[in-house]
Amino acid sequence: MRVVIAEDLFLLRDGLARLLREHGFAVDAVDNGPELLDLLLDDPPGVAVVDVRLPPSFTDDGLRGALAARRRHPGLPILLLSQYVEQLYARELLADGAGAIGYLLKDRVFDAEQFLDAVRRVAGGGTVLDPEVITRLLRRNDARGTVSALTERERDVLQLMAEGRSNSAIAAAQHVSDSAVTKHIASIFGKLDLAPSTDDNRRVLAVLAYLNQ
Amino acid sequence: MNDILASERTGWPARLAAPGRGLLLVGLALAEAVVACVVAATAMLIPLGIGLYLFPPSVAWLSGLAERARRYARRWSAVTVAYPEPARPAVPAGLPGRLRWCGRTLTDRGFWYEYRWSLIDPIVGAFVAGIPFSLVVYGVFGALVQPFVWQPIDRAGGSNWYTAVHVNTLPRALLAVPIAVAVTVLGLWCGPWLLRVHARLTRALLTLDRTEELTRRVEQLAGTRAAAVDSSAAELRRIERDLHDGAQARLVAMGMSLSNAERLIERDPETARALVAEVRQNSSKALQELRDLVRGIHPPVLADRGLPDAVRALALDSPLDVQVDARLAHRLPPPLESAVYFAVNELLANTAKHSGADRLDIGIALDEGLLRIRVRDDGCGGADPSRGSGLRGVQRRLAAFDGTLRVDSPAGGPTVIELEVPCGS
Repeated sequence: MRVVIAEDLFLLRDGLARLLREHGFAVDAVDNGPELLDLLLDDPPGVAVVDVRLPPSFTDDGLRGALAARRRHPGLPILLLSQYVEQLYARELLADGAGAIGYLLKDRVFDAEQFLDAVRRVAGGGTVLDPEVITRLLRRNDARGTVSALTERERDVLQLMAEGRSNSAIAAAQHVSDSAVTKHIASIFGKLDLAPSTDDNRRVLAVLAYLNQ
Repeated sequence: MNDILASERTGWPARLAAPGRGLLLVGLALAEAVVACVVAATAMLIPLGIGLYLFPPSVAWLSGLAERARRYARRWSAVTVAYPEPARPAVPAGLPGRLRWCGRTLTDRGFWYEYRWSLIDPIVGAFVAGIPFSLVVYGVFGALVQPFVWQPIDRAGGSNWYTAVHVNTLPRALLAVPIAVAVTVLGLWCGPWLLRVHARLTRALLTLDRTEELTRRVEQLAGTRAAAVDSSAAELRRIERDLHDGAQARLVAMGMSLSNAERLIERDPETARALVAEVRQNSSKALQELRDLVRGIHPPVLADRGLPDAVRALALDSPLDVQVDARLAHRLPPPLESAVYFAVNELLANTAKHSGADRLDIGIALDEGLLRIRVRDDGCGGADPSRGSGLRGVQRRLAAFDGTLRVDSPAGGPTVIELEVPCGS
């Protein structure tokens, strides 16, 4: 699969490219916003890994490029990396409801396995959100009392589910069986009054829509 | 018919309007005389307590009249009368707040200038402003009434004078007519000029003289500069401490762990691997600490998107239901943007902590070089800038930009807080 990497920091760009090539991806790397946009528009890749902050303006060129490319090619898989995560940007990325979006802190690439997993999930149309985004989102929901009906375990499962993890990944992280996770999820959907869904991505989007109210 | 409230300043429209305008100023002067007595009386009632409730509205009345005088001077004579600096704060709720407000007003030179004006203007100002109307009335009397009334007066044995003419014969009565016309014309002719004299008098009475004004400004600037220097020094100290105890310490620990891992890599690869994993975790924590630090110095979303989106981002992190209505045609100067961002951040945190509100509306607009931010919540009210350190902090932050903070927070709510900051462009 072809990946476009947009990252202005040479070391990180080089490291990412090497990691992805090692795992069988074909890599095109650029270091600025306009080149990224040209590449995404002319020849949409299987997935793009994009730094939010890029030259020339060193503001959110990467994010704006990604959003513009997705307006032209709806559902184009894009994984945004950033030194910071902002709810505002997460919302903008999720707004079209098409999925195939990832938004992670840059330090998540330290864990190569998890990072590769995130790239594959986004390429496959999934949604991957940084734990930091979800932690802050849940903190706000805690203060509003919108998730107060959940048990502590259910809240942990909700956090992982909102990050876009699959059932088996949640089960592994929580050291419980797959069927226990399924039960927790059913209970969460019941308590939050959400329509149950077997489609993983639709499930994530429903949970995020609830938390973003 | 021309409107005396219109803004003609030259030519016949202005001359014809001048007597009426002068009469309006005389009326204003009468109101000033009344309000001067009221202000004095209510000030004397302050020790009895009731003055605390009567004095502020009478001061507001006085300022209202002064404001009207400023407006007339600007509109009719193009004389700009400056406002006293700094603007008087709103009357706070609660007795101690009221007492402080009264004390501050009574020692405020701006108030005394307005008071002095309300004593002098009814005498001098009313005299000057009344001249055009009096001349016109006297002229019209001489031209239209005098020719018919001199005979009965003379017959009754009275002595009837018009200006310097002793009117007791028909030729003398006819002689008085052109004089009367001249008096009328004089009244109209000199009207705009006399109004200008009046406007300058208003300016002289209401504005602090230049030196005093500058002295005040220097005092104020010295104060806000000292506060700005203090707060930026404190900020730098905080950053230094955070870096020293946080990221720097972690980097030292990471260096240690790495050198240990290097030493153990042959002999005890398991331990070495554990050390490397620990280093990775530490680097994540160091990054997290640096992120938090940077967010406190200059939030990236503010740098990326400017004030409106940065405030929207704040709203998304707030537990309250925050609606943001922000429209700015262009980016603000970076220092201002940052100060206002942190001010709004403080207000949001304050509201979430103290007000018990569920909903908050933030309006941000820029008009005529003035940035206005209005924050309204549906909480329990009772916010008092003289007590809450949060609001005082906001006031201090804005003072360096000549910005003001106005709080309207009656007990029971709602609370409306308005920030105004001049911003050159």
